[in-house]
Amino acid sequence: MKVPEELLYSKEHEWIRVEGKSVFIGITDFAQDHLGDIVYVEMPTIGKSFHAGDVLCVVESVKAVADVYAPVSGSILEVNGNLDTEPERLNQDPYGNFVAKMSLDDVSELAALLSPDAYRTLCQNQEKES
Amino acid sequence: MGKMIFEKSVPGARAFSLPVSEVEPEQVFQTIPEKLLRKHLPALPEISEVETIRHFTALSRQAYGVDTGFYPLGSCTMKYNPKINEWAARLPGFTALHPLQHEETVQGALQLMYELDCMLREITGMDRMTLQPAAGAHGELTGAMIIRAYHREKGDHSRNIMLVPDSSHGTNPATANMLGFRVVEIRSNERGLTDIQDLRDHLGPEVAGLMLTNPNTLGLFEEDIVKIADMVHGNGGLLYYDGANANAIIGMARPGDMGFDIVHLNLHKTFATPHGSGGPGSGPVGVKAFLEEFLPVPLVEKNADAFHLNYDRPKSIGRVHTFYGNFGVLVKAYAYLKTLGARGIREVCENAVLNANYVRQHLRDVYDIPYDRPCKHEFVLSARRQKLESGVTALDIAKRIMDFGYHPPTIYFPLIIEEAMMIEPTETETREQLDAFIHSMRMIAEEAKNQPDAVKRAPECTPIRRVDEVKAARKPVLKWDEKPEAIA
Amino acid sequence: MAYVPNPPAVIEEMVRSIGMNKVQDLFADIPDAVRMHSDLNLGEGIPEMTLRKQLFALASKNMTVEQMPSFLGAGAYDHYIPAVVEHVLSRSEFYTAYTPYQPEISQGILQAIFEYQTMICRLTEMEVSNASLYDGGSALAEACHVACDVTGRSRIILPDTVHPHYCRVLQTYAMGGQMKIIRTASRDGTAHPDAIMPLLDDDLAAVVIQHPNFFGNLEEHIDIIGEAIHKRKGLLVMVVDPVSLGILKPPGALGADLVVGEGQALGIPLSFGGPYLGFMAAAGAYMRKIPGRLVGLTQDLDGRRAFVLTLQAREQHIRRAKAGSNICSNQALCTLAAAVYLTVIGPQGLKDIATRSHALAVYARKQVEKAGCNPLYDRPFFREFAIRLKDPREANRRLLEQKIIGGYPLDGAMLLAFTEKRTIDEIDRLVATLGGCCHG
Repeated sequence: MKVPEELLYSKEHEWIRVEGKSVFIGITDFAQDHLGDIVYVEMPTIGKSFHAGDVLCVVESVKAVADVYAPVSGSILEVNGNLDTEPERLNQDPYGNFVAKMSLDDVSELAALLSPDAYRTLCQNQEKES
Repeated sequence: MGKMIFEKSVPGARAFSLPVSEVEPEQVFQTIPEKLLRKHLPALPEISEVETIRHFTALSRQAYGVDTGFYPLGSCTMKYNPKINEWAARLPGFTALHPLQHEETVQGALQLMYELDCMLREITGMDRMTLQPAAGAHGELTGAMIIRAYHREKGDHSRNIMLVPDSSHGTNPATANMLGFRVVEIRSNERGLTDIQDLRDHLGPEVAGLMLTNPNTLGLFEEDIVKIADMVHGNGGLLYYDGANANAIIGMARPGDMGFDIVHLNLHKTFATPHGSGGPGSGPVGVKAFLEEFLPVPLVEKNADAFHLNYDRPKSIGRVHTFYGNFGVLVKAYAYLKTLGARGIREVCENAVLNANYVRQHLRDVYDIPYDRPCKHEFVLSARRQKLESGVTALDIAKRIMDFGYHPPTIYFPLIIEEAMMIEPTETETREQLDAFIHSMRMIAEEAKNQPDAVKRAPECTPIRRVDEVKAARKPVLKWDEKPEAIA
Repeated sequence: MAYVPNPPAVIEEMVRSIGMNKVQDLFADIPDAVRMHSDLNLGEGIPEMTLRKQLFALASKNMTVEQMPSFLGAGAYDHYIPAVVEHVLSRSEFYTAYTPYQPEISQGILQAIFEYQTMICRLTEMEVSNASLYDGGSALAEACHVACDVTGRSRIILPDTVHPHYCRVLQTYAMGGQMKIIRTASRDGTAHPDAIMPLLDDDLAAVVIQHPNFFGNLEEHIDIIGEAIHKRKGLLVMVVDPVSLGILKPPGALGADLVVGEGQALGIPLSFGGPYLGFMAAAGAYMRKIPGRLVGLTQDLDGRRAFVLTLQAREQHIRRAKAGSNICSNQALCTLAAAVYLTVIGPQGLKDIATRSHALAVYARKQVEKAGCNPLYDRPFFREFAIRLKDPREANRRLLEQKIIGGYPLDGAMLLAFTEKRTIDEIDRLVATLGGCCHG
């Protein structure tokens, strides 16, 4: 299971890449593996604002639905248009395909996110429980 | 592969014609503004009667019903559909009635509805029924509306949470959500029953009610039901009974006696009306007297020997159906209950529970049964042993069961059991049938151990093999697309 | 008689084989306080021969539309059902089956539903149809919910030209708080732009237009209203009569975003109000938002064409608390009836039935006016219209004496519907009696 070192993570299995005053958000390898073949991504509207913890959008597989949560507060700057026609990209390359780009309205919120190590531990614990 | 009906269309072929017209059809087009008239005929197929019959007959032979064979689909109660009920529902005296006819012309229909209401009250221990909801989920919706109405009527607008067990059927939380409730799940304990402490922790002034099935979706009876009812009521909430599993207790216990305030029943499950490939069903709702004023309009009432529809119900939640519900389905349930009588109802329940335990007893050594104790009308086994040993999943086993000629049990429900398979034989199966099914399941367990590929490749004896569900969901094609010929 | 096939001796053996003495031992976990100690108060079971007589007697207490002509409409219509339809519905593989969740053994059912979906799309000229909802009224409620979901808004404009029972169902469903229903009065029996335009604002989710409307009148301003709605980024929800689509321009060509209606007229008996058939069709953009089951086309492992229930991630068994609708069982067998009906009558048949129904209505209206009765509205209509009557219930009483089931009583009027089953003779007799009521 891949957990790139240069990213930050959330408890809900999102990855975050900080670029100046904005963040790119996607779903992790753990997430895509558990969802199975992804069939549809319901994208958020550009311009819409979210608080940290709000549901950003929904990812669907054949047998499951998963919420993608906003890891930080901000508004949507960009969405990944490729996912409209090729949702399978999230399975093939979860870290190379972001879901949305958000403005980073409050830098201090990054502190609540997980380091790669902390995320790895979280995943291991969840695997043990199931 | 057979052709689509559209591919069998032959221009000019006809299966139907009207008697000669007594009026001038051309006039018609003078009375309707040109801009509102269709330019071309709709692109429906043109087919003869014989080809129509052959087409649908061929389709029927690629279907599997209870009349075809054993159907142990947990939570669905796939019991035999008696044919006298089919005959009854087709009587012109029942089918050729317009819902808006004057009451004095439909006294037989109203009498049937009234008597069915009374019978269902007796069976559930409730004080009044509505027969209006057209399905179980529709009944749940009606019940949740009554819960909302009850609290609003008392001026309590803070009751915005609905509690459901973590083992609940998806319709429970979906229903609550439709009424704007926030759904909170209550944990099941190590015995597979509602965790009393978890329930206690979650009760509060915002809780409108608790939706429960009893026995639950694991087929286990909630032994603490009286305590649960007391707790919910003590908190000012209402207790809702999801009647999907009523086949496990009818004639033996009544939800009304357990403390439930609102009940729904599934006539297409417990009361033997056919499933129809996914409907029509019927989901009557019963309530205790203090909630009667909220029931949908109209209700059928009896005065001396005449029946009438009562619309004068100012506190009613309104209507959930355009007319009175699925009357044609009510006829079948009525006939069924008349056939059974009190003793027959008890017999149904006893044998439903016996058959489930019989199958459980003879599979427990080859499959894991998470709550391995006497169950009610259904039980849940887990294929986790098979998954660990050879990677064979519940899905694989279900597909292999089709190669043995059966419809598979329900899989991956309830969500709290890994690799779940829910088996509900019902009371209308012979021991021979159960033995044959048990034998097949044991053979599959054997295959899972020694020839797992045979299970993973399944099904192989069916008209088609496993389908590409991912493609169907990524690039949905939901209608037949060919260029429809514009027919003038 | 409980349809339990095992004789008592076998039952006893089975009980012993699971280590119990008697079957009642399996109910030991039911607390004594709630266990029943006597039988239900329901009497003895009735043998089939006796039951048959009783049921026949009960059915005979009703007066049916087969015994006398009926002019009732208002959402349910006495159309002729070809014998083929009932015959196909009696195939027990269809009617005793469950929802086709296992596609490998259900291709026949799935294909039939797929064909139904296709026919509804072609009839309405919309891009996607679901596999049914309970009836026209609940279908409207579900469509309005979709409109709120899709737009993120809450206002539903509901003219009183929509069937009053549908309006009641919609208002009941609105109890959840996500929809605000705004009623608006009709003008001269139609949903007039002057009444609707002022109500359009930025919280508009949808406007509901029934066409033909509850009074049988045709809505002539759908294009203007539709344009205004779309400018506000709201949705046009249309309620339509499927038989009317044999000659009327379909809602897809009128700008509808969501289309619902009652499919009872498509081969389903009147049946005292149910089971009926709620159909829903939508623009392609809303495919993933509409409730109900959807059958899709795909392939199996070996490349064979196959059908499967798809986009299940919308539904309650997957979305649970996040599902837009809780619908599980629908009206599947009724969709089969509709598919067979539409196949049997074909495009020309549907046109003929619509034409005949309307032609008889046109004749009736002329006769009724000659007899001194005034229609309630002076608007183009389709197969149904209302006439002014001081006492419609008294009129119906007199009609019943003449062995005629009259129309639906409104306030100071009667709504009369016509289908291809009606004859000139029946209409003349109707008019003869009604004429007396208009003057009397």
